Amino acid sequence: MEYQSTSTLLSWMVFTPLLGAVAILLAMAFRGTLRLEGKWMDDFARVVGVASMTAVVLMGIALYLGFDGKSTAVQFIHHFVWIREYNIEYFLGVDGVSITMVLLTAAVGFVGMLASVPWWGKLDDHHHPHFSKRRVPGYMVLFLLLQTGIMGTFCALDFFMFYMFWELMLLPMYFLIGIWGAPTRTEADGRVRGGPYAAIKFFLYTLAGSVLMLLAMIALYYTSGPATLVDGTPTQHTFNLLYLARMGQQGLFAGAAPILGMAFSKVVFVGLFIAFSIKVPMFPFHTWLPDAHVDAPTPISVILAGILLKTGAYGILRFNFSILPEAANWAAYGIAVFGAINIVYAAFVCMAQKDLKKLIAYSSVSHMGFCLLGFAAMTPQAMSGAVFVMVAHGIISPMLFLIAGVVYDRAHTRDINGFGGLASKLPEYAGITGLAFMASLGLPGLAGFVGEVLVFLGAFGSAIAGFKVLVMVSVVAVIITAAYYLWTIHRMFLGPLNEKWAGLWDMNWRERFTLYPLAVLTVLFGFYPMPLFDLMNPTLGWLVETVSRVGNIL
Amino acid sequence: MELHPFPYLFLIPLFPLLGAVVNGLFGARLQRRMGKNAVHALAIAMPWASFAVAATAFATLAGLSGESAVHQSLWPWFSIGQFNADMAFSMDRLSGVMTLIVTFVGSLIHVYSTGYMHDEQSYWRFFAYLNLFMFAMLVLVLGDSFLTMFVGWEGVGLCSYLLISFWYKDSKNAAAGMKAFVVNRVGDAGFLIGLALLIWALFPENLTGLSFREVQEVVTNPAVRDRLLSSEVFGVGLVSLICVLFFVGATGKSAQIPLYVWLPDAMAGPTPVSALIHAATMVTAGVYMVARLNFLFALSPAAMTVVATVGALTAIFAATIGLFQYDIKKVLAYSTVSQLGFMFMAVGVGAYWVGIFHLMTHAFFKACLFLGAGSVIMGCHHEQDMRHMGGLSKLMPVTAITYLLACFAIAGFPFFSGFFSKDEILWKVFDTGNLLLPGGGKLLWLLGALAAVCTSFYMFRSYYLTFSGAYRGHGYPHESPRSVTFVLSILGILSVVGGYVGLPILWGLPNWFEHWLEPVFEPSAPFILSAGGTHATEWTLMLASVGIALAGFLAARWLYKGAANPVPARLLSSPNPALRFVHRLVFNKYYVDEAYQAAFVRKSLDLSRVLYRFDQGVIDFIVNACGTVSRFFSAIQGWIDYRLVDGMVNGVATLMVTGGRVLKVTQTGRIQSYVYGIMGGAIALVVAAWWLY
Repeated sequence: MEYQSTSTLLSWMVFTPLLGAVAILLAMAFRGTLRLEGKWMDDFARVVGVASMTAVVLMGIALYLGFDGKSTAVQFIHHFVWIREYNIEYFLGVDGVSITMVLLTAAVGFVGMLASVPWWGKLDDHHHPHFSKRRVPGYMVLFLLLQTGIMGTFCALDFFMFYMFWELMLLPMYFLIGIWGAPTRTEADGRVRGGPYAAIKFFLYTLAGSVLMLLAMIALYYTSGPATLVDGTPTQHTFNLLYLARMGQQGLFAGAAPILGMAFSKVVFVGLFIAFSIKVPMFPFHTWLPDAHVDAPTPISVILAGILLKTGAYGILRFNFSILPEAANWAAYGIAVFGAINIVYAAFVCMAQKDLKKLIAYSSVSHMGFCLLGFAAMTPQAMSGAVFVMVAHGIISPMLFLIAGVVYDRAHTRDINGFGGLASKLPEYAGITGLAFMASLGLPGLAGFVGEVLVFLGAFGSAIAGFKVLVMVSVVAVIITAAYYLWTIHRMFLGPLNEKWAGLWDMNWRERFTLYPLAVLTVLFGFYPMPLFDLMNPTLGWLVETVSRVGNIL
Repeated sequence: MELHPFPYLFLIPLFPLLGAVVNGLFGARLQRRMGKNAVHALAIAMPWASFAVAATAFATLAGLSGESAVHQSLWPWFSIGQFNADMAFSMDRLSGVMTLIVTFVGSLIHVYSTGYMHDEQSYWRFFAYLNLFMFAMLVLVLGDSFLTMFVGWEGVGLCSYLLISFWYKDSKNAAAGMKAFVVNRVGDAGFLIGLALLIWALFPENLTGLSFREVQEVVTNPAVRDRLLSSEVFGVGLVSLICVLFFVGATGKSAQIPLYVWLPDAMAGPTPVSALIHAATMVTAGVYMVARLNFLFALSPAAMTVVATVGALTAIFAATIGLFQYDIKKVLAYSTVSQLGFMFMAVGVGAYWVGIFHLMTHAFFKACLFLGAGSVIMGCHHEQDMRHMGGLSKLMPVTAITYLLACFAIAGFPFFSGFFSKDEILWKVFDTGNLLLPGGGKLLWLLGALAAVCTSFYMFRSYYLTFSGAYRGHGYPHESPRSVTFVLSILGILSVVGGYVGLPILWGLPNWFEHWLEPVFEPSAPFILSAGGTHATEWTLMLASVGIALAGFLAARWLYKGAANPVPARLLSSPNPALRFVHRLVFNKYYVDEAYQAAFVRKSLDLSRVLYRFDQGVIDFIVNACGTVSRFFSAIQGWIDYRLVDGMVNGVATLMVTGGRVLKVTQTGRIQSYVYGIMGGAIALVVAAWWLY
């Protein structure tokens, strides 16, 4: 009778956005009776959206205050039998790692929502209507649905539920990019690009990974040993992730019958890893990301970079490392090699970019490489560093995309070379851009540095000697990253003002409401990251210890 | 080592940070509403306040035993397993000296800046950056652990970037700032790898944290030291590799070969910045770091050799470039690179206190020179080319006198501050027993001596070109405001007397400076060897030093005084190809910038383009190809589905319909035709039965 319910807070956090979405849908259905027409309907949808996300943030604060950071146990459990015939349970809970992601989701979701409303500032929409004024109720419904999907993914502790939430993320994202993103265009080289293309690419790519995850889920389920449901009913197999992890750590999957002559755990590991690494995204599965970012509306890029990518990295920890530790040991060096490729390769690709959003998108690829490198090293420092990178990147990359949005909303272009000298015209914007870029390039004292340096220093101490070489290669990215960010600042902000942009105006309050909280967090976690480490260290320490112990036995 | 809690230490960096935040966020409004005085009142008060706190801390320190440090731990920064670093500051005797230099010279330069930047629009921004720099530099100096120091280390790099590109509307300035930051990052990458190596070498030795104190305690344990010295990584001695990697960091920050290229370009920044950051304080961080890690560097003769050799090569290399520059700030920039080389020679041979001593005297006289140059530039209406100056000694007397005093100091004239430190460096290099070079330090001494001749020559060249003869520029030069001359006077005096704290023991006088720093460098003392030079040698070398200074001075005086000597012009226009080649080579700084541009910058850009094309043309192509192939197959399947599968279904239906239509013909409704049919059928059956059986 383990893991009894202790709280419904997580359920509320997961489903409050869904309730908001339902409220909007109901209002749409009865808008005739309610006299919610046109602008009123739009504003109603926005208010519901902002209110839902505010509620989630407040619940997130309660979650943080109520969480016992010293314990490695799963907390805030909400657990009951859902579909008894298939041993599927409703099981939500957070440990030290997932709580950081839950809090990040709440914060970034809130910021993304603020960026989705056209309030508190001038919007220049002469040429084509701003996304925040098009089909607003639909946008809000999908946005809230997306939040439920992401939040659920981080809280679910039942494989089936996880899979369901994982798929739930896809659909709203598809429509949000496809409908509210950039319209279809033909590029100079004849390729057809735009929101619909990017949306389909994103959807199909992730779905392809999901198929592998589905197979892995079925394989794990039927290989898992007897367990009990939460009400004590004994079962033959289980979807319970904590049971699966325990079985995996006891060597159940390592000893399972091979699939097509290949070790069971390795096959399942690879299947799961591909599914997650597409989301991370890992080289060579990363090309959906630049397309999706370039053509998504600003808040969706914020969500995408800030939290959606983290579901992939989180999945690798929750599934690959926890459930299949011996295969994780087997794959560690390979993962690290791909991590290093991510870091260096994407950094170089960044330098060739002319589109600001594309540059930021590739920089995300580069930074997420640190997570892979850190996970694979399996030292406590590197592991904590990697999770810290997830949080830091979750704060910094939304800033970067918001920054790209600020200039795009005004100039309707993102061509870096087309700007010049903006600092004299938009000093505040130049300042906040400088801060965000510095944070992203890992300036000590800002959040980006803490994670990166821990991954570097931690990975260097891995038991596998090759990691030293990988770290040395990856350190090159420190230089390249500085080069491309400074070069971007140079081309956009410095030098003589390009007279074409003499009519631009500085930041408005909406942009301040979204950017400044993130900037404060960046500085805060740069100088005082311990609150986060206090949350995650016990859980990660336990995980590292377990995984390496299993690796030594098997 | 004893830690003495000092709860006000955090104020030293905090004051300038406050100034930076206030001026950075509200400075524009402050300046508009209350004028520039409000901006600089705050900005100047902050570093002076830091200086006051620093002096108190220093006094406290002086009352403690030699190995003690005043210390303050603010909050835990990282704590993961053995990996502990606090946000903590500590001031031992070494960082105490550094703090005093930084806060004192820094505060003076803030005062100077009120005059120099007076007409600047973004006055507030300048002072915000300058205060931010002070904060970062003080964190660097006072940082208790490698990582805290690294915050300051990169922080000063950021401020340097911001201040070099302060006049960002000119693309050239902005590019110079970018270059400085990126080149520094190359060094920082080395620093990080060195740190990683060090940490993981010490983890098995029960290292409990990353503070300098803890690392030093572990390393100075003889058993650990022996293990460290006997271990190798990548086929190289572990300690040597660690030290060399840290030194790579130092070459970036302190502008040594091969990473010195950013410093001359950094002169694009306002002149007070060049004085503060690119002469007196930030660029000396590398020297400070090597001195701080003396317990490590002294263990590896190989690393010491690398440090000293790079220092000597940089000293002579930069000095030769300085010979032919016309931009007054460029002369001083190359001179700074060269002087930093001297400091590295000192710390490279284990004469750590001498390195720090020269760092201090250099801070005085180089700040004086830069600020003097700034005063000249202001007086000549933003002219920096010395060919368009001249005759300023009468028009700008204070500037001229202080500049001359500083020239005597840097050239190493006896009884001027630079003499004591530079002579000591040359002697220590000559007498070292630690280098792995043939002849010990003799070769490096020779390079250093040559560099010293060049130094003396180009400094007096710049003095005579600027101040003697007749004025050759435009407009009417004027002496600078009081805020400028006041600061110049103080630094001019210090250029003379600043060296008296470290008088040569050879003269039988007390050397307070060495004595003060001795406890800090105690862990390395047993490893520093002397070649056994006698007093007679030392006296001889000292005389040689005087000769060197005089030689350079006399040559410059002969060639450039009053712009009267025709020799320089004749040499410059000489048709002799060998002469022209040498001049062009040196004048163009040996084409190092061009070589780097081609070898690193272009190549990285090319690589980035190639990789992007690969990304789009291969990886993304495969993804899209998967889509296209799927569509192709689905088209075929669609065809099959439509034509074959569905075709069969439709075929059956068609068969029925056409069959029906054909058979319909038989449904005539006439009895006769049915009877014919029945009969025909019967006959057919009979015939068939007969034929078959």
